[in-house]
Amino acid sequence: MNKCTERLYNGLVKENPTFVLMLGMCPTLAVTTSAINGVGMGLSTTVVLIMSNMLISMLRKIIPDSVRMPAFIVIVASFVTIVQFLMEGFVPSLYDSLGLYIPLIVVNCIILGRAESYASKNPVLPSIFDGIGMGLGFTVGLTAIGIVRELIGAGKIFDIRVMPESYEPLTIFILAPGAFFVLAGLVALQNKVKNNMAKKGKKVPETVGCGEGCASCGNASSCSGKIFPTGEEDAKNE
Amino acid sequence: MKELLLIAVGSAFVNNVVLSQFLGICPFLGVSKNVKTAAGMGGAVVFVITIASFVTGLIYKFILGNPNIMGGELSYLNTIVFILVIAALVQFVEMFLKKAMPSLYNALGVYLPLITTNCAVLGVALTNVQNGYYDDMSAGIGLLTGVVNGFATAVGFLVSIVLMAGIREKIEYNDISESFQGTPIVLVTAGLMAIAFFGFSGLI
Repeated sequence: MNKCTERLYNGLVKENPTFVLMLGMCPTLAVTTSAINGVGMGLSTTVVLIMSNMLISMLRKIIPDSVRMPAFIVIVASFVTIVQFLMEGFVPSLYDSLGLYIPLIVVNCIILGRAESYASKNPVLPSIFDGIGMGLGFTVGLTAIGIVRELIGAGKIFDIRVMPESYEPLTIFILAPGAFFVLAGLVALQNKVKNNMAKKGKKVPETVGCGEGCASCGNASSCSGKIFPTGEEDAKNE
Repeated sequence: MKELLLIAVGSAFVNNVVLSQFLGICPFLGVSKNVKTAAGMGGAVVFVITIASFVTGLIYKFILGNPNIMGGELSYLNTIVFILVIAALVQFVEMFLKKAMPSLYNALGVYLPLITTNCAVLGVALTNVQNGYYDDMSAGIGLLTGVVNGFATAVGFLVSIVLMAGIREKIEYNDISESFQGTPIVLVTAGLMAIAFFGFSGLI
């Protein structure tokens, strides 16, 4: 069980997809206009991630190496379609506000990245927990950005008014530019923490992610190996 | 004709794919270090999206959304079919360019595999369907509208990534506070560009 809790910690903190790996930037910026949208997007991605990790891990010895990418894409796309229809049926309001970004979960590099670098090399149970951890890490990231944007841009959190009536909302924060500014602020904050750690002589985790020159965020086949510490490296660390 | 022009201007500037719809953020942040590579990436994206929107349009119009096949109910396969078609198409385009047009391949080649799953490509294919370009109009016009929309969206990407690269080349020489170096300053720049692009919203 220890390995499973380690995967959870890894996804939520050590390799948090939003703040550390900087993966899946498109939904991160696009749907976080309010906290509830962030939660919705995060959870639907989590579901797809868990299911696809599970299935890919089960099939890892059956899928031939040469066609693994198309196979992964088909598996992920199928789960995305299922999630899309479930959301359309049961939470239509959330479905409307997330819109195009639900089918675009297919090309979210977190999912193909995890499939390539973890699920295709590890047994089923750790892969499921890896999916849960990464998914929740992504959810936490999206929710955090959503809360900041909703608080500044509308004076509310989860649609509940928290700012006094006299507060004039800065609408720009729930429009497109606000997404860039909030993310810039959060990354800068993270850099500051890292710099302080470096000054105190502590070990600083390496910067990774598509913000740092990995052009191929969408292309898991040439990307994941470089962005993620792969399964082999995990094994070495242990 | 007027409608096509409105769609083109709308997707290229008013609803810019990167700065207001947030598609293709990763190449936008990753490959915008200098103007030359940014233009190469942008060119490859224009090329692929234009072809992809034509091919996905054909498939939707004549197979998935065709009322004569299963009563048009196959459209639930959109996401799966489109992503596979796009992935295959990029491979095919790459092989074709290598053989037939080596000079173009040398200019765009390295960027082609990178856009296989660039979310802008799938995004355009899906918006074309969602906007009902293939439903409302006759087959020819619907396809043309889809291709125009795809081309204009990709031009919007090209414009914004080249602008961004130009700005980033200058930023290199600036004295930026320590925490904002790297990604944060690029994001702030993108935010300011997004505000500037709001100015286009009066166009249509």
